[in-house]
Amino acid sequence: MRSIDGAVLDLKRLDLLATGDSIIHRLDARAKVVTTLFFIIVVVSYKRYALAELTPFLFFPVITLALSNLPISYILKKIAAILPLAIFVGLFNPLFDRETQVLLGPISISGGWISLVSIMGRSALTVGSAIILIATTGFISICHALNRLGIPRVFTVQLLFLYRYIFVLTEEAACTTRARELRSCGKKGLGFSSFGPLIGHLLIRTWARAERIHMAMVVRGFSGEFHSRQINRFGGKEYLYVIGWSLVFIILRTEDITAILGAAFTGFFS
Amino acid sequence: MHMADALLSPAVGITMWGVTAGTIAYCSTKVKKDLDDRKIPLMGVLGAFIFTAQMINFTIPATGSSGHIGGGLLLAILLGPYAAFLTIASVLVIQALFFADGGILALGCNIFNLGIFPAFIAYPLIYKKIIGSQPSPTRLSIASIIGVVVALQLGAFSVVLETVASGISALPFTTFVVLMQPIHLAIGIVEGLVTTTVISFVYTARPEILQSAMGARPLGNISVRNIVLSFLALTFLTGGVLSWYASKNPDGLEWSIAKVTGTGELTGTEQSLHHVLAAIQEKTAFLAHYSFPSKQGGEATTEVATAGKEVQDDSGRLGTSVSGSVGSLLTLTMAILIGFFLRRETAGKG
Amino acid sequence: MSHHIVEVKNLKHVYADGTIALKDLSFTIHHGESVAIIGANGAGKSTLLLHLNGYLAPTVGEVRIGGFPLTPETLPEIRRTVGMVFQDPDDQLFMPTVYEDVAFGPCNLGLPEEEVRQRVGEALEKVGAGHLAQKPPYHLSGGEKKRVAIATVLSMSPDILVMDEPTNGLDPFSRRQLIGLLKDFHHTRIFTSHDLDMVIELCERTIVLHQGEVKADGPTVAIFNNAQLLAECRLEKPLSMQGCPICGASRNRL
Repeated sequence: MRSIDGAVLDLKRLDLLATGDSIIHRLDARAKVVTTLFFIIVVVSYKRYALAELTPFLFFPVITLALSNLPISYILKKIAAILPLAIFVGLFNPLFDRETQVLLGPISISGGWISLVSIMGRSALTVGSAIILIATTGFISICHALNRLGIPRVFTVQLLFLYRYIFVLTEEAACTTRARELRSCGKKGLGFSSFGPLIGHLLIRTWARAERIHMAMVVRGFSGEFHSRQINRFGGKEYLYVIGWSLVFIILRTEDITAILGAAFTGFFS
Repeated sequence: MHMADALLSPAVGITMWGVTAGTIAYCSTKVKKDLDDRKIPLMGVLGAFIFTAQMINFTIPATGSSGHIGGGLLLAILLGPYAAFLTIASVLVIQALFFADGGILALGCNIFNLGIFPAFIAYPLIYKKIIGSQPSPTRLSIASIIGVVVALQLGAFSVVLETVASGISALPFTTFVVLMQPIHLAIGIVEGLVTTTVISFVYTARPEILQSAMGARPLGNISVRNIVLSFLALTFLTGGVLSWYASKNPDGLEWSIAKVTGTGELTGTEQSLHHVLAAIQEKTAFLAHYSFPSKQGGEATTEVATAGKEVQDDSGRLGTSVSGSVGSLLTLTMAILIGFFLRRETAGKG
Repeated sequence: MSHHIVEVKNLKHVYADGTIALKDLSFTIHHGESVAIIGANGAGKSTLLLHLNGYLAPTVGEVRIGGFPLTPETLPEIRRTVGMVFQDPDDQLFMPTVYEDVAFGPCNLGLPEEEVRQRVGEALEKVGAGHLAQKPPYHLSGGEKKRVAIATVLSMSPDILVMDEPTNGLDPFSRRQLIGLLKDFHHTRIFTSHDLDMVIELCERTIVLHQGEVKADGPTVAIFNNAQLLAECRLEKPLSMQGCPICGASRNRL
């Protein structure tokens, strides 16, 4: 439930970031999609109370972010924006799960609070990696990558259409809602009686546009088949990226690095 | 109703990805066979329309709160079930990638919860049955309201199952159900009303849009029995995998059911559900050798706690948690330092 | 190739809902001509254009392009011959990037990749949009979109360019730029427009449609000097042919 203008600005910003140039930007989209997906799976594979174990996984978003020249504050803001939601979904845990899990000196912490913090950490990691993926790859390349990874052409092509026409339709909708607001004499909100026709009008105009687009396709010889360029850029760098990170994730998952590090550190001082 | 990655377990996430990917593949071949080359641009543009329309809020009478259209059933009415399912999936992909509305791993669940039910249950089994061959404004209204409500109820229930099976949220099954279903009943009625106003508007302004959609009869020759049967198969398949995982995972479904049983809230229906799941679990026991990579310390902690035993060995636990926190701090500092260093390097080169 | 490149004979079109859009149209356009089709809203201009490319089929009558009738067999070749630019470039630029959009037509023609690349390059150069190739269409300005839309049909090397309201929605600079570009083309050109000043600059011949019929067909200047005809067809003398309302100087010598 965000404002239309805000959403479009956000979309355009991410879209422009993806046109940047860096080691990460230049990688084949498939490598980034596969690695990010694997990262997310490994992160969520931890049990409910995992917290310390999750911290080393911060390396992945931090390093890709650093190498990709993305504006850090913007990415952090986007992650921060979803944290309230993570708190909301995790809020039931402290209520239902009150058994003590950790004793730090005199303070006992219940399992619910630990899992709440764990949920927030998971959210930040998974959402962060997803945002970095889109901001370094761009939606178009992701669609092509999905296609090459086996997702049917029908699906990816209409996904591209959808993305293309978001920019057109949101503009139309923004004009319409603005026109309505300006005549609503300060009354907030949109009542049922005017909502139906407003959305209905938008739908009819959209339908007409789809017919015109189809016309424009047919007159340029479209006969149901989409041709697209197949550029294979999956080379050494991509293999290195996918295999390297996967190994890191597997090691982090099987060995508790933080505990080892912490034990070594505390052992050194005691 | 969009689920986030943070509440999912890999087993649930991957299973639902599999189910969704299979449905996408099936629907894609169906749409391709359709041989109507208008469909693809139409799907894309209508997807953009739903995305946009969801950002236009209306006021819910007498509450002061606002809502927006969901659009699943609307798409099914306009495009037929297969194309509608693909379009809903696309909208969710965009929302997950750009706005973190639902995670990437959770996409499978979200597409399933919000796509399958309106396209393959509410539209063919409810909406079309009520509309019949002679659509009238009253029938349109009743059909869309009931259709949306049923689709949302099923979707919400599915959210509950997936969350509880994942075992990250501590919310017990019954409490979750009692929370989710009534909320989504209210949302469903409002959304059904809104869908009705939009459809009636289109019906009076450009009836041929609805007629062409209805004339296509995309599910005309498929019997209700087939749909129900394939659904049962699908449910058993996913339910089987999920409950098998839940059995391997003490935090899962059983844990929450056990917990609820302890407080005596478990009713007969859930009891039988429990039996069904247990039966499926036995049937799928050939998968039992499989287990996820695990490590010693942390897991022992969770198992002890979830079995409901008293906390034992406080000193040992204290030891692990202190070294854990110190280690976390160290890794955190290292990560930030490395990031900072790399950043300066790349900036220097650039 | 026939000398009469576009022949329309007794064309009548009735839409499915019973609306008679075109009553009985006949005209011939010759090779290399630049012709404007003007008329009030709803006069039938867009419906007529959609026949020239075979998107709509005549209810009665015939359309011949380069001597060939429009049949399912000739359709692919005719769609290549007649390049159609739509009024709203957002309808025409549907591919993810400018390059892919300009390549859409040549790819559908089944050309080898090397030739596709060459044609895309040439078409974009011609409209001065070579630097936009990798951009997505939604990052373009209105004028850029229009020029790229023209490139999408130029890449199919058409003999005839058909454009619906080419200057619609452009700022004065982009409009001037576009008119300059269109003047340089040597294709047979057919425009519909309400921008009558552009018509004077680009077209030596004008066809006036009124309620689905050809009301007048002749030299542009003669038509614009016929005040009675213009009034009947809900049109107006272009500003560049009217006396200046501020200094009083007359441009009627045209």
